[in-house]
Amino acid sequence: MLSALMTASVFAETKDNIEQYQLNMTKGVTDISAGVYDMHMLMFLICVVIGAGVFIAMFISMYFHRKSRGVKPANFHENVKVEIAWTVIPFIILVVMAVPAMNLLIDMEDASEPDVSILVTGSQWKWHYKYMDNDVEYYSKLATQADQISGKIPKGENYLLEVDRPLVIPTGQKVRFLITSDDVIHSWWVPDFGFKQDANPGFINDAWTNVNEPGVYRGQCAELCGKDHGFMPIVVIAKEPAEYAKWISEQEAVQQQAKAEEQRLLSMNMTMAESMELGENVYSANCAACHMPNGEGLPGVFPALKDSQIAVADQPKHIDILINGVTGSAMQSYAKQLTMSEIAAVVTYERNAWGNDTGDLVQAKDINSAMNGQ
Amino acid sequence: MTTLTDSTQHDTHADDHHDHHIPYGIKRWLNTTNHKDIGTLYLWFAFIMFLTGGAMAMVIRAELFQPGLQIVEPHFFNQMTTVHGLIMVFGAVMPAFTGLANWLIPMMIGAPDMALPRMNNWSFWILPFAFLILLSSLFLEGGGPAFGWTFYAPLSTTYSADSTALFVFAVHIMGASSIMGAINVIVTIFNMRAPGMTWMKMPLFVWTWLITAFLLIAVMPVLAGAVTMVLTDKFFGTSFFDAAGGGDPVMFQHIFWFFGHPEVYIMILPAFGIISQIIPTFARKPLFGYASMVYATASIALLSFIVWAHHMFTTGMPVAAELFFMFATMLISVPTGVKVFNWVATMWRGSMTFEVPMLFAIAFIVLFTIGGLSGLMLAIVPVDFQYHDTYFVVAHFHYVLVTGAIFSIMAAVYYWLPKWTGKMFHIGLAKWHFWCSLVSVNVLFFPMHFVGLAGMPRRIPDYALQFADINKWISIGGFAFGLSQLIFLVLLIKACKKQGEPVSDQVWEGAEGLEWEIPSPAPYHTFETPPIVK
Repeated sequence: MLSALMTASVFAETKDNIEQYQLNMTKGVTDISAGVYDMHMLMFLICVVIGAGVFIAMFISMYFHRKSRGVKPANFHENVKVEIAWTVIPFIILVVMAVPAMNLLIDMEDASEPDVSILVTGSQWKWHYKYMDNDVEYYSKLATQADQISGKIPKGENYLLEVDRPLVIPTGQKVRFLITSDDVIHSWWVPDFGFKQDANPGFINDAWTNVNEPGVYRGQCAELCGKDHGFMPIVVIAKEPAEYAKWISEQEAVQQQAKAEEQRLLSMNMTMAESMELGENVYSANCAACHMPNGEGLPGVFPALKDSQIAVADQPKHIDILINGVTGSAMQSYAKQLTMSEIAAVVTYERNAWGNDTGDLVQAKDINSAMNGQ
Repeated sequence: MTTLTDSTQHDTHADDHHDHHIPYGIKRWLNTTNHKDIGTLYLWFAFIMFLTGGAMAMVIRAELFQPGLQIVEPHFFNQMTTVHGLIMVFGAVMPAFTGLANWLIPMMIGAPDMALPRMNNWSFWILPFAFLILLSSLFLEGGGPAFGWTFYAPLSTTYSADSTALFVFAVHIMGASSIMGAINVIVTIFNMRAPGMTWMKMPLFVWTWLITAFLLIAVMPVLAGAVTMVLTDKFFGTSFFDAAGGGDPVMFQHIFWFFGHPEVYIMILPAFGIISQIIPTFARKPLFGYASMVYATASIALLSFIVWAHHMFTTGMPVAAELFFMFATMLISVPTGVKVFNWVATMWRGSMTFEVPMLFAIAFIVLFTIGGLSGLMLAIVPVDFQYHDTYFVVAHFHYVLVTGAIFSIMAAVYYWLPKWTGKMFHIGLAKWHFWCSLVSVNVLFFPMHFVGLAGMPRRIPDYALQFADINKWISIGGFAFGLSQLIFLVLLIKACKKQGEPVSDQVWEGAEGLEWEIPSPAPYHTFETPPIVK
């Protein structure tokens, strides 16, 4: 419900800043990204001039110095002065490029004194955002339907660049991103902010932005991170500081409420039908990317759940894998990603779908006791 | 390209050296220690790999023809991008240059053969096994390598399929083959030059290969170290690249690119040598700035060891390191520029004709310069943050590798093929091959600059709608470029069947050098008595 609310707000606010036939780098929406754009154009122009000079000389020569025009070849083959000139002049051009580049880089790398800090964690294949100064954290996943990708239904305007829960940041404030990863290397990139920064497992990188204009900004994971690397978008909504403050306090309240709700649900039991329905939804959103919608996995890479010993027999192990993940594999911990009732439902689903008919019905309180080590 | 020379000549020499044992058929090729045979084997192997890797590129471009997933699954798509890269780098470009080195270096320096002929045989014959192992892994459960040809940990360790072991083994074999090839080149050039062939008289192809061989010996063991660490991290519980055990995934990238950047020059320095042979021939004018060409090549090689981290600007390096690698990288453009200027100055006031090798050489200079200039743009750290891992980078390295390295190889094949077979190749087909390749390769790679600047990341099987139109063009260019290479295949088959007009010893009017003084086709054994170079 929380995510539905936020998704609705994204669509309401979508001011699409992606031009249909963009051929050049974006100017972006920060002072830094504008500086990057200017540096890019400066480099581009210098390169075009150098290239044009070389090619014009070549083509003049190819036209005038052809054997078919009856020219006799000259016989010169060195000229120290010329050779020194075309070593020194490029060097001077390089210095002209290097100075502004160095100044811009030093500005970009200064992430000190931020107004807002957000921990960004990549994992296969979603982003997790945690606001360091507020009690708010959530996962952000691709929202494009599988049917759009397979071509069964028409593709939407923001195909592959839409998420269920975008990151929200204030405009006009220095927002620092602390970027890391839970599994492989990812890279957090929103072109409008003018930088990308790798998310390395076990290490934290920082980067920052200060967005001038409210709006919706879209990006993607930029470092090959496995099967669904192409399906790991980033959406950032920049709001006026007042609106942002309102939003973040609402989120705090909503997340506290959700925690209370989860405690309440511990004492309640789901029926098999409810559990299977919720479980199927959770499965297709979180598990199907690797274990496949039919539970057969991808042999040799992602294990099958259909007829697997763990899914048909060893229930404690099954729950343990969901809670703690499997070290040394792509299976991550879902303890933070899903509520206890969602974990319970997905375990129930996996133990009863695709002919795994165990009849087992797992409840949230079973998950709670497993988490508390009972 | 085959070297079944006319039998009289062959017999005489075989009698001299091999006690009446004349190998023929499959045994001739399996047991050969002749530099020309081995050169031919390398070149055909490289061409088969080029077509194999190219077929994978066709799969990639077919999937990217329009948005959505149509043809392959993402996991298979990743295997295609990975194996395409590995095959083109280690199976096509590097063996092709080694093949050219085998054929040409002894003929250019007046040596009877390579210095270590049995090792020469061995260094070739382990290659097909390396690639059989690599390709067979595609058919295993879990598929082949799917982590990019750069195999960044931990995607290639903890998160990879078990076939990674085969990948590691295959890379080890390729590395051993390259090192043996390099040793052979160095020993040959140091010890077997004809009297009077002083260092500064050596043809530039020989010089550039000599420097390349040193690069190979310096960095292939680093690659071997990297793959071995991947192997032990994945299967034997070490933690070189795992922070949880005190390792660092970024250290992998430092090790890989310490190999990888010199590797880039391994794939382009021999190309510089080839172009420096061809331009003077068809400009009928000596190479401008021979000495500065040699020094520029050596400086590029030395600088290549201190620029590796420019592939890693987004990994979170300290600012000081970023600045150092930016400045060092920019410096490389100085010697590279010197080379381009020298070629243009060689053409200047020459008397040019535009035979097919010259066409490829001129295309090389123009298109390699485009790739070099985009490389200079990529060196600038603050803008590289935007370019990195986008199609802009894909465009850049395909300009230097396809229209750079591969065009130079094609130029070389057209230039020396008549010497090898004794017959002029089919000029009509060759011109078709050139013009179709030239147009299609630019339709293929030039728009990648735009789609990259517009924000399309590399190595994705599906993309947002605003990239759709350009990708369609790129794919069309890709298919056309792929088909154009079939013209080359037909031409090569005709050449190997010895079809065509006989050529003179010099073949090309302006050609100079020892290889143009021996008969065409080059006899099975040449320079058994060293020539005297004046």
